[in-house]
Amino acid sequence: MTKVLMKGNEALGEAAIRANCRNYFAYPITPQTEIAEYMVRRLPEVGGHFVQAESELGAVNMVYGAAAVGERVFTSSSSPGVALMSEAISYLAGSQLPAVLINIVRGGPGLGGILPAQSDYFMATKAGGHGDFRLLVLAPAGVQEAADLVMDAFDLADKYRNPVMIIGDGMIGQMMEPVEFREYNTPEGIDRSYANTGAKDRPPTIVKSLFLDPQQLENNNLELLAKYRLMEQHEIRFEEYAVTDKMDVLVVSYGMMARICKTAIDELNQEGHRVGIVRPITLFPFPSSAIYKAAARARKVIAIEMSTGQMVEDVRLAVRGRRAVQFYGRTGGIVPTPAEIRQQLLKLIK
Amino acid sequence: MLIQSVFAGFGGQGILRAGQIIAYAGMAGNLYVSWLPSYGPEMRGGTANVAVVLADEPVASPVVSTPSVVIAMNRPSLEKFAPMMQTGGKLIINSSLIDIVSERDDLIQYQIRANDIAQELGNPRAANMVILGVFQAVTGIIPDETVEEHIRQSFAAKPQFIELNIACFRHGKNSISQSGINA
Amino acid sequence: MELAFKISTAMKDVPTHYCPGCTHGVVHRMVAEVLEELNIRERTVGVAPVGCAVLIYNYLNNDFMEAPHGRAPALATGAKRARPDLILYTYQGDGDLASIGFNEIFHAANRGEKITVIFINNGIYGMTGGQMAPTTLPEQVTTTSPDGRDVSQTGFPVAVSEALATQATPGFIVRCSVHDGLHQIQTKKLIRRAFQNQVDNRCFSLVEILSTCPTNWGLTPQQSLEHIRDNTLQHYKLGILKSPEEV
Ligand SMILES: Cc1ncc(C[n+]2csc(CCOP(=O)(O)OP(=O)(O)O)c2C)c(N)n1
Ligand code: SF4
Repeated sequence: MTKVLMKGNEALGEAAIRANCRNYFAYPITPQTEIAEYMVRRLPEVGGHFVQAESELGAVNMVYGAAAVGERVFTSSSSPGVALMSEAISYLAGSQLPAVLINIVRGGPGLGGILPAQSDYFMATKAGGHGDFRLLVLAPAGVQEAADLVMDAFDLADKYRNPVMIIGDGMIGQMMEPVEFREYNTPEGIDRSYANTGAKDRPPTIVKSLFLDPQQLENNNLELLAKYRLMEQHEIRFEEYAVTDKMDVLVVSYGMMARICKTAIDELNQEGHRVGIVRPITLFPFPSSAIYKAAARARKVIAIEMSTGQMVEDVRLAVRGRRAVQFYGRTGGIVPTPAEIRQQLLKLIK
Repeated sequence: MLIQSVFAGFGGQGILRAGQIIAYAGMAGNLYVSWLPSYGPEMRGGTANVAVVLADEPVASPVVSTPSVVIAMNRPSLEKFAPMMQTGGKLIINSSLIDIVSERDDLIQYQIRANDIAQELGNPRAANMVILGVFQAVTGIIPDETVEEHIRQSFAAKPQFIELNIACFRHGKNSISQSGINA
Repeated sequence: MELAFKISTAMKDVPTHYCPGCTHGVVHRMVAEVLEELNIRERTVGVAPVGCAVLIYNYLNNDFMEAPHGRAPALATGAKRARPDLILYTYQGDGDLASIGFNEIFHAANRGEKITVIFINNGIYGMTGGQMAPTTLPEQVTTTSPDGRDVSQTGFPVAVSEALATQATPGFIVRCSVHDGLHQIQTKKLIRRAFQNQVDNRCFSLVEILSTCPTNWGLTPQQSLEHIRDNTLQHYKLGILKSPEEV
């Protein structure tokens, strides 16, 4: 396979096609509309289906429909649009349907702005809709990783019959980096017995999340919970960089923000300091024990985000009081620069 | 090796394309590259800039806060980015449109009349290629042929412009020894 | 000397962010003049859309609230029901009103909410950079219909005003255009009637205005006006589609 230079948004779409997804429904919103603009050209070439929905409500419920008939499907949007999808995302989880959702986050709340942010961490990992459910959340830190994770996302969605969210920010959507699409084969033996494919020679299948009998609803929720526990056992992903014994500071940061931190960390370590970083790749399930262990090897711990402080809560839970967890963040679409991060880290080192 | 560059100018000056050509050429030259444009409401009729990083190790931050090379196609770009540059950084100034230089004495500054040169060679819109030539001359980490190859590819849809753009690129590349100030 | 022209006091004296040749600004001025002429500016509340006109509150001199994309008629409903003495108007694009917000506009109209709706139909999503709108003309090229709108896949242009006019609830529903001086004069009169209806506590009023988006149509300002005259008008008939007098 050859390397190509691609915009993140386009690579996300291309990766979905290569993961044999042929269905995409969406509504325009900056900074990810390029995904739709790419798919509208690319999908017909491979016999796929795209509809520009009348709204995100329409788009995500089209996803629900395609998932219910057992087809691979995804949608993409940005913060306010994803918020609007929340109800149907809960239905997807409740009725145990696989689907991939991409959120290219912009600053909020409300209409907010269109520049990069990480202020949807809560929405993605905790509050993306009503009821007892979780999404598996993947946070790439570059165009190559975004493409890889999209392919994984479809497999994970099928494996757990649960919606998977890819969360990036406007930077990842707009930037170009080299990407090499790996060979992809759909795993064999995906169980589609849940799907509405026509009740020929079998009893009808019902895709639903209504359980009026409380015992049945609790059973369903416990079934979901069991899946989330399995994800915690098998799917946690993270990257450690410059994590050593006796670190001055351990940084926890995800997505593009983590890469900005790395530049600052490289500079500081060249000057003889010891700074390391744990970068969660899965935001749910969260790499708590890796962070706990790394924190024990550092004098200080800091979470760095493009928000006023969201993931930091999970970092504090992970560290379990063993270290005080500091926080640094910028918000509203302001992207902290490597120089700014370096200064913050120097303050902690002193 | 790490080049953290910013290409900046008005929307429509071909700044994003110039950056893209370098990113493609860098990739073809087996470097790690990233190309991160500014986007947002200021794009409409306003300024445009793109951070291009070239490195021999994976690119950490694609966000450039202390550029080592800046291309300033217009005055607002010079005023914005020159103060952020690293000591010893290389500042390439389109002196067709900018009648000042940076006050900093710790930079190497190159003035080039990019629009005029492009005009003389056939079309002022190719000023971005003149400037790209200077970039190539002052960085020199990608072979000339590779950059030229990607200029050709970039204009593949409009082949009638290829020769002009190559000529502008070469002119820019060959002209810097006379135009570098306090070099 | 006789004063020939003065900027409405309902308009702020600031440059707008609209592209050259965009008719959003023309309609803003008409609304401002009507608010001044009817002497209602001080009790008028506007609801801004999500679209290029989201910054309308920077240009008109009345109170404003900003709605989520498409929901302006619901905000206006809530405000008007809570404070019937206020004059409520929404100002919405065709993505906002005819796509994501169709539900809200349909039910506000059908409930006969006594609000005024200014509906800018430029046949495209301006703010997000030129995607297809429900109102996009057949064969029209947009970034999400790169080969031209294919009506077999995406349907025909949505005629919102006709759809609303078919409902039994009385209302004032008109379509007009701003592509030349004569039509602008006509449009201004209809906007005035739409506000007068509310002042008289009469009915729901909606003024659909055929408008330009030179930037995303890829035309010059002049060509854009001609495009309305020569093409848009083939698909959208001007006139009063419904008026309270009929009922
Ligand atoms: C929930 C949600 N979805 C999508 C968007 C992105 N968005 C902003 S403006 C717009 C469409 C604007 O088009 P239109 O209403 O036709 O107005 P115009 O810009 O053409 O005046 C969209 C889709 C958003 N802000 N919120
Ligand atoms: S993009 Fe279109 S609608 Fe928006 S301001 Fe420009 S011309 Fe007007």
